Amino acid sequence: MSKEIIKTDIAIIGAGPVGLFAVFEAGLLKMRCHLIDALPQVGGQLSEIYPRKPIYDIPGYPSIDAQDLVDELMKQIAPFHPSFTLGERVESLEKQEDGSYYVIGNEGTVIHAPVVVIAGGLGSFEPRRPDLPGILDYEGRGGIHYFVKNPENYRDKRIVIAGGGDSALDWTIYLSDIAERLTLVHRSDSFRGAPDSAEKVFKMAEQGKIDLILQSNLSSVHGENGQLKKVGVTDKSKIETLLDVDYLIPLFGLSPKLGPIGEWGLNIEKSAVAVDTFDYSTNVERIYAIGDINTYPGKLKLILCGFHEAALMCQSAFKYVYPEQKLSFKYTTVNGIHAF
Amino acid sequence: MIRIQVEGPGDRIHELEIPDGINLSLMEVLKASEYDIMATCGGMALCATCHIEVVEGMEKLEDRSDPELDMLDTLPNASDESRLACQIKVNPSIDGLKIRVFGNN
Repeated sequence: MSKEIIKTDIAIIGAGPVGLFAVFEAGLLKMRCHLIDALPQVGGQLSEIYPRKPIYDIPGYPSIDAQDLVDELMKQIAPFHPSFTLGERVESLEKQEDGSYYVIGNEGTVIHAPVVVIAGGLGSFEPRRPDLPGILDYEGRGGIHYFVKNPENYRDKRIVIAGGGDSALDWTIYLSDIAERLTLVHRSDSFRGAPDSAEKVFKMAEQGKIDLILQSNLSSVHGENGQLKKVGVTDKSKIETLLDVDYLIPLFGLSPKLGPIGEWGLNIEKSAVAVDTFDYSTNVERIYAIGDINTYPGKLKLILCGFHEAALMCQSAFKYVYPEQKLSFKYTTVNGIHAF
Repeated sequence: MIRIQVEGPGDRIHELEIPDGINLSLMEVLKASEYDIMATCGGMALCATCHIEVVEGMEKLEDRSDPELDMLDTLPNASDESRLACQIKVNPSIDGLKIRVFGNN
């Protein structure tokens, strides 16, 4: 059941632009990296929040779309063969006897490295949770899921899906054939998601394949022995209806949260990790923080600042990865790039 | 002077006084006034962390744009009075607005 331990030189928490560029700087110094990110794709805030927005302050690019920048960074770091664990959030860091760290994810992934770099941005992207009393009691095994991991789990069950975006529409369409009964609850009477999907969902409601409750919000959850039994849905006239359910799947998108990073003994100021600007190290030896996740007097949350921090961090991290070697600074124009 | 009454988080009530001629959004003013607004996307109506509720004065504001409506739709706790503060420009026409801010989004 337990996975093999991934051994690397630098464990990078967060695969946004700054975590990605750190692979390049590390590679110049012959240090290998493994990145882990809670999102199922690389690119962090750029890919998740604003992939098609132009960025104007990346040196060398008068204008570049966010997702294109991510793609270019992936090309830039390719010679150094980084490896990735995606869709998994780091829960804890465990210090080993020799000072190195186990970086442990919430799906059981373990990365073993002499250096840990937190490039966590604004924190891991977490599902938006409806503010219902007692909802925490039913999450996970209790019947409330924020992701659909295995559609088969919902076969012949009664499900309520809440939300109005592509995720809610797509899963409604997909699970309607598997579930015994599926109800989609949405706040307004039109959907934000793809028009084709929205049309399909309206048709399915007309045909009686699903129940569609519009202009309504989730208002309560009820259960027994930690198992969800009923979900309350309230309409515009404030009348609440209780639905019998086996599963509730709230799909309200993702938003970043500091999460476990706040529990590792690091100095945290206003949801950011305080660092020494000499090398962007934290108060814990061998743990660095670069990009939006860190803070120091004069800090600007700019991608280009994160790039600079990555370069200086790597110069410092070298001593933990190659303790016997002397670091000599080389220019890429003189030395070239030696792919792994 | 543009005066905006801000309720919350909790029972807190505070009146903001903003000089005329400031070229900022309501989100930027709230952030500068030490309210706990993440403003993840920097004001592009892409993250909904600047979600506020208009208590009084909705008629003073411009209509919501499509991107703002899209984003408000993602929030489990949005109502007809919900707005994104980053989409509201601070100018004399919003003098007297009353809003409610939420705790940590």
